Amino acid sequence: MKHKVLIGVLTATLATTLLGLARAETVFVTLEKDNALAVVDPAAGTLVKTVPIGQRPRGIALSPDNKQLYIATSDENTIKIVDANSFKILGKLPSGEDPETFALNPAGDKLYVSNEDDSLVTVIDIAKKKVIKKIKVGVEPEGITVSPDNKWLISVSETTNMVHWINTKNNTIEANTLVDPRPRAASFTADSQQLWVTSEMAGTVMILDSQTQQVIKTISFEVSGITNDKIQPVGVVIDKDRNRAYVALGPANRVAVINAKTFEVEKVLLVGQRVWNLAFSPDQKHLYTTNGVSNDISLIDLDTQTVTKSVGVGTYPWGVAIKP
Amino acid sequence: MNLMHYWRAMWGIIGRELWRFVTQRERFISALVRPLVWLFVFAAGFRAALGLAITPPYETYILYEVYITPGLIGMIQLFNGMQSSLSMVYDREMGSMRILMVCPLPRWFLLLSKLLAGTGVSILQVYVFLGISWFYDIHAPWQGYLWILPALVLSGLMLGALGLLLSSFIKQLENFAGVMNFVIFPMFFMSTALYPLWKMKESSAFLSQLAQYNPFSQAVEMIRFALYGQFNQQACLYTLVAFVVFMAAAIVGYNPSKGMMVKKGGG
Repeated sequence: MKHKVLIGVLTATLATTLLGLARAETVFVTLEKDNALAVVDPAAGTLVKTVPIGQRPRGIALSPDNKQLYIATSDENTIKIVDANSFKILGKLPSGEDPETFALNPAGDKLYVSNEDDSLVTVIDIAKKKVIKKIKVGVEPEGITVSPDNKWLISVSETTNMVHWINTKNNTIEANTLVDPRPRAASFTADSQQLWVTSEMAGTVMILDSQTQQVIKTISFEVSGITNDKIQPVGVVIDKDRNRAYVALGPANRVAVINAKTFEVEKVLLVGQRVWNLAFSPDQKHLYTTNGVSNDISLIDLDTQTVTKSVGVGTYPWGVAIKP
Repeated sequence: MNLMHYWRAMWGIIGRELWRFVTQRERFISALVRPLVWLFVFAAGFRAALGLAITPPYETYILYEVYITPGLIGMIQLFNGMQSSLSMVYDREMGSMRILMVCPLPRWFLLLSKLLAGTGVSILQVYVFLGISWFYDIHAPWQGYLWILPALVLSGLMLGALGLLLSSFIKQLENFAGVMNFVIFPMFFMSTALYPLWKMKESSAFLSQLAQYNPFSQAVEMIRFALYGQFNQQACLYTLVAFVVFMAAAIVGYNPSKGMMVKKGGG
């Protein structure tokens, strides 16, 4: 009996330790004004360090093998390849003018950049560090994403109010969908069946069907005590089981929790000022938000759907990427 | 005089207070309505008023409702403390105080029993208030609901002792309005119950100093930290010292040979 108890205790301890290890992820945040990258330990809720990275860093992504970070340093007109452990700069990619947002394909060998001023999407071969193609899109392309099945490359243009459906095989636009004004960000569901697009000016999120490229649902938001003009949705992420979607509501300082099956807004969570970008932890139990004006990131526990902590990181946090 | 006498007297006093509280349903409801009006009406209008600064014990941004909840708990205890002192004045006018005071037990013990009785009642009110605010999406970690209990006992005793002290000064029930104007309101508004110190500092450094040394502020901060499972040592010590001072003064005040009652011509 005593042995059984002992084994039980040991197993529990081991499980707790492993769980602790499982949350040993690292959060990377680009600091637009500090020209740096902030490294945060989310389990401890502390800023570990800040590394100088280049002029006006914004978009950030992690390679599929978690070894390299890609960081768009907008004022240097390049995307830097950074070692995710030592933070040494390994190389640069020819991103074109003023890169802000970009997307990696699932294989991690191609990178697609929005060039806002030139109304272009630049396709880059990462291994060769060469531009393969420049695709002419609508005015001010902003949000960009690749479907998990690698069929579609999506570019949304802020001024043309359009979603461009680009075939990844030949890098040509196959379809366009007119959406609500000033579309900002786009995200696919894990099954690639739906595309969620946020509209900053209309304050809505539109859900598009990948087969028909048509809007099947438009969701609006209401936050008590906040006027509608403050509700400016930007970042959007959907969990892998398509149970819930999370939308950053910008100057409303809230993240909306949406039931991804019924499309109902279940609740809004208070985070820092001007929340723009969001990222899941690898196990999708946590969500991290960058709050541009309050200079911090908020940590959200998705099991309890509560904001557990906000950690100061530096001036103008913009993009966020998570390393397991 | 053995312990049994003490026990019986204490339960007599506490029982009477609880009985009063349970039977006077209006008193129970009005004690709850006051903080709830503040929570549902006042706080709703000030949702975004706090601006941005995360101060301990909070680790992230909070709504104003969440901020003022510990302050409203303090308010419940403040009014309760004053109410029991009001009842002392009433008891004195009606003569039931005399029966209590001629009881062959030390006066400090009788007063302490009276205080404990009032504190017990206020704690019941606080937990009912917390229960209602739970449904209004004001959630604290579950441990907080346990940790808050000792904090409530201390803050309840301190505010009750202040009430006792005041009641020793007041001869007639009508004078109680003065307590309202000169004690309850300044204490409540010049505290961290409604707005944090840093916010007050922005408008007036003097006011924020007053608020900092206000024992009610310290009691509220002790409750605020306890509700989030944290121990605020400074606030706790300050409240304890304030309790000892008020209690000692109240005991002196109620002493028929030295106290206020003599100066004013007896009870």
